[in-house]
Amino acid sequence: MISAGEASSLRRRFRVRRVLGALLAAGVMLLLAHSAAMAGDAPSTPSASFDGAIEVSDHDLVRILTLRDYNTRVVVLGTALLGLAAGTVGVFMLLRKRALLGDALSHATLPGIGIAFIVMARSGGNGKWLPGLLLGAAISGAIGVAGVLLIRRWTRLKEDAALGVVLSVFFGLGVAILGVIQKMDTGNAAGLSSFIYGKTASMLAADTWLIAGAAGVVAVGCLLLFKEFGLLCFDLEFAGAQGWPTLLLDTLMLTLVILVTVIGLQAVGLILMIALLVIPPAAARFWTQRLSQMVLISAGIGAASGFVGSVVSATQPNLPAGAIIVLAASACFLISLTFGRARGVVFQFIERVRLERKTRCQHLLRAVFEWVEEGRGNGGVGATESKIPFSGLVRQRSWSRHRLDRIIVRAERDGLIERVGDTHVRLTSAGWDEARRVVRNHRLWELYLITHADIAPSHVDRDADELEHVLGQTMVRKLEGLLAEQAAATVPPSPHALA
Amino acid sequence: MNSEPQTDEAAFREGSGAAAVADAGPSAAPATFRPPTPATGEEHPADAPLSIHDMTVAYHRTPVLWDVDFDAPEGRLIGIVGPNGAGKSTLLKAVLDLIPIVSGRVTVYGQPYRKQRHLVGYVPQRESVDWDFPVSAVDVVCMGRYARIGWCRPVTRRHKAAAMECLDRVGMADYARRQISQLSGGQQQRVFLARALAQQAKLYLMDEPLSGVDAATEQAIIAILHELRAGGKTVLVVHHDLQTVPQYFDYVLLLNMRIVAHGPTADVFTKENLRKTYGGRLTLLDQAAHAMARRGRE
Repeated sequence: MISAGEASSLRRRFRVRRVLGALLAAGVMLLLAHSAAMAGDAPSTPSASFDGAIEVSDHDLVRILTLRDYNTRVVVLGTALLGLAAGTVGVFMLLRKRALLGDALSHATLPGIGIAFIVMARSGGNGKWLPGLLLGAAISGAIGVAGVLLIRRWTRLKEDAALGVVLSVFFGLGVAILGVIQKMDTGNAAGLSSFIYGKTASMLAADTWLIAGAAGVVAVGCLLLFKEFGLLCFDLEFAGAQGWPTLLLDTLMLTLVILVTVIGLQAVGLILMIALLVIPPAAARFWTQRLSQMVLISAGIGAASGFVGSVVSATQPNLPAGAIIVLAASACFLISLTFGRARGVVFQFIERVRLERKTRCQHLLRAVFEWVEEGRGNGGVGATESKIPFSGLVRQRSWSRHRLDRIIVRAERDGLIERVGDTHVRLTSAGWDEARRVVRNHRLWELYLITHADIAPSHVDRDADELEHVLGQTMVRKLEGLLAEQAAATVPPSPHALA
Repeated sequence: MNSEPQTDEAAFREGSGAAAVADAGPSAAPATFRPPTPATGEEHPADAPLSIHDMTVAYHRTPVLWDVDFDAPEGRLIGIVGPNGAGKSTLLKAVLDLIPIVSGRVTVYGQPYRKQRHLVGYVPQRESVDWDFPVSAVDVVCMGRYARIGWCRPVTRRHKAAAMECLDRVGMADYARRQISQLSGGQQQRVFLARALAQQAKLYLMDEPLSGVDAATEQAIIAILHELRAGGKTVLVVHHDLQTVPQYFDYVLLLNMRIVAHGPTADVFTKENLRKTYGGRLTLLDQAAHAMARRGRE
C-alpha cells in the first residue's frame, strides 16, 4: 500500500521522533533525580501508600524509582501512559479551541458512574465492576459534550455559558446520585467518590492494561488522523469545502478525548483531569512552531508528569497522586513558559535585546556613513581616515550622550569603530564594509517602499529603520532585481533629503 | 463541447440580459425584443463551470440570499460586488456546501458540487483562521493537496514539492519554512492563494483575497488571477474596492441579497446598477463613476 517514498518519509519522521524521545527521557531523568534528592531529605516515616505496608527508607526509594515493586510498576506505568495519551489528544483539543470542553466532559462523567453502579448492583452483579462504571462514565460524558455543542449550535448562548451550565448541572446530578447510593442498601459504595479526586492506590494490573490499551488507541488514532485533525483545527471551512467529513472528524476527536478522560478518572480524578488535557499541550507550544513536534513534546510532558507525579506520591505518605501529577505538569509548564525555545519569555527577551543592539549599532554606522557622505568629515567623502565628532552623531540621531557612549563601546568591541581622542570616532575597515552594507540595504528598502508599496516618501524613513534589520540576503537580492537601475551604484543615493 | 465558446457566451449574455430586465429596470434592458424565457431552468448551459439555480439561503430564520440564479461563464475573471451584509461570502459558502441551502441547487460543470469538489479551489477570508497555528507556510499550502493524498496517508515529498512550486508562483518560496504568524498580512494572503493553486482546480472561489494587502501583493495576486484566466480557469472573486473593479474584472456580479445585475463589466458596472446595489451611498458611487471615467479615458 505504502510506496517506497512514503516509507522513507515515515522512517525519517520516526527518526526525528526517536531523537525527541531521547531528549524527553533525559528530562525525565533529571526531574527524577531532583525528586529523589528531595525525597531523600525527608524523614523516613511509615507510609500509608499503595499497599499500606511500605516503609519509606532510602532503600525503598530506590525500589520505587527502579519500579521493582509490582504495585509501583502498575501505578507508575499506568499514569505515565495516561499522561502520554492525554498530552497527545490534548494538543488537538487546544488547537481546536475546545480545551475547556474537556472539563465539562470530565465533570459530566459522574452521574454515569452513579447510574452504572445502581444498574449493576440492582441486577445482582458487582456494583464496582470497573469496565461497567467506565462505560457509564463514557456515556454520560458523551451526553454532556453533546449538550454543550447543541446548546452552542441551537441557542444564542456562547460557549463559556454552555460549558458552565453543563458542567455544574451534571456534577450536581452526579453528587446527588452518589448521595442516594449511600442511603441504598445495595452493598458497599465506598469507593465511588474516589473518582472525584482520583486514587491511584486502587489501581490494579488490569487497570494498567486498560489504560495501556486506550493509550495505544489514542496514539494510533492521532498518528493516522494527524493530517486530518490538523486541517480540522486550522481551517474548518477549507476542510469542509474539500469534502472532509468535519462532523465525523470532530466526533472521532471527541471520542478519543472521552476515552482518555474516562480511563484517567481513576488515577487523576474528574476534577483534575482537565489539567492533563490542557497543561502539556500549552507547555509544548512554547517549544516549537511545528504541529508534529508539538504533539510529541506534549505527549512527552504528559508522560513525564504522570511518571514523576506517581513516583513522588509513592515515596511520601498522604500525597494524592492526581494532585502531584498535575503539579508536576505545572512545573513543566512554568519551565516551558520561561525557557521555551520557540516563544518562552527568556528566549523572546534575549531576541528583543539582540535586535535592539543590532538596530542601534546599525543606526550608528549609518549616522557615521551619512556624516562622511555629506563631506562633513575632515578627510573628504569615503575616506577611511574621517574623524567624526560625538556631537555630530548626537545631533544626527537624537541620542543622549550616555546612550551614544554605550553604543560606541559595543561597536568598539565588535571591531567596527575606534575612538580618536575623547571627542571623535572613526570607522575601522570592517566598520566601513558593514556600514556600506547597512546603508545600501536601507536605501534599497526605502526605494522599494516608495516605488512598490504606495507609501509617501516622508513616511518611509521610520519604516525602513525598523525593517532593514530583519531584511535577509534573499530579500536584498530580490530588491536588487526589482530596482536594478538604482542598485547599479554600490550605494544608491538616499531618496529623501538627509537630516 | 467548448468548440464554440463565442456562441456559448452569446447565449449566456442573452440569459443575463433577461435577468437584468427583471431586476435592473429599463436601463439594462436589451434593445431587441425577446420572448420571456421559461422558468424551468432550461436556460442554464449544461456545462457551465458554475450554475446556481434559484438558490435561497438563510441563517437561522433570516434569509440572506434570495432567488440567486446565475451561470458563471467559462474562462472569466468574475468580480462579486456588493455592500456589507449583501451575502457575498454566504454565496461562496453555499456553493461550497458549507451552509445549507433552503431551496435551489448548485451544479459545477453540470454535476452537483459534491461530485465535483476536485474541480473547485477555495480561498477563505484571511480572518477566518487563527494565524498563530503551529504550521509553516509550506504546511498550509500542502493542505491544498490533502484531498488528493487521501485518508490517513502522510504528506509525501512529491506533494511537498508541488506545494513549493505553488509558493514559488506567488513569490513566497523564500518564506516556505516560516511559521505563518511571522508573515505579513499580504504574505498570509499569498499563502492562502498558493494553497488554492495547489488544489489544481478549474473553478476558483476567492473570498476577499485583496482585502488588507499591500499594493505589491495586490499586483502579484492580480497577476496570478490573470494567469489563471489565461489558463482557461474560471475565477470568482469577492471584491470590496469599487474603484478597481473595472480594471481587474471582465465580468461582474452585483449582489445585495439578490442579484442586482450580472454581465460583462463594461455593460453592467454602471452608475444606475451600482445605485441599485448600494442604495443611496453616493460617495461610493462617485468613486465608482470616477473610476469608470478614468477607465474610459485609458
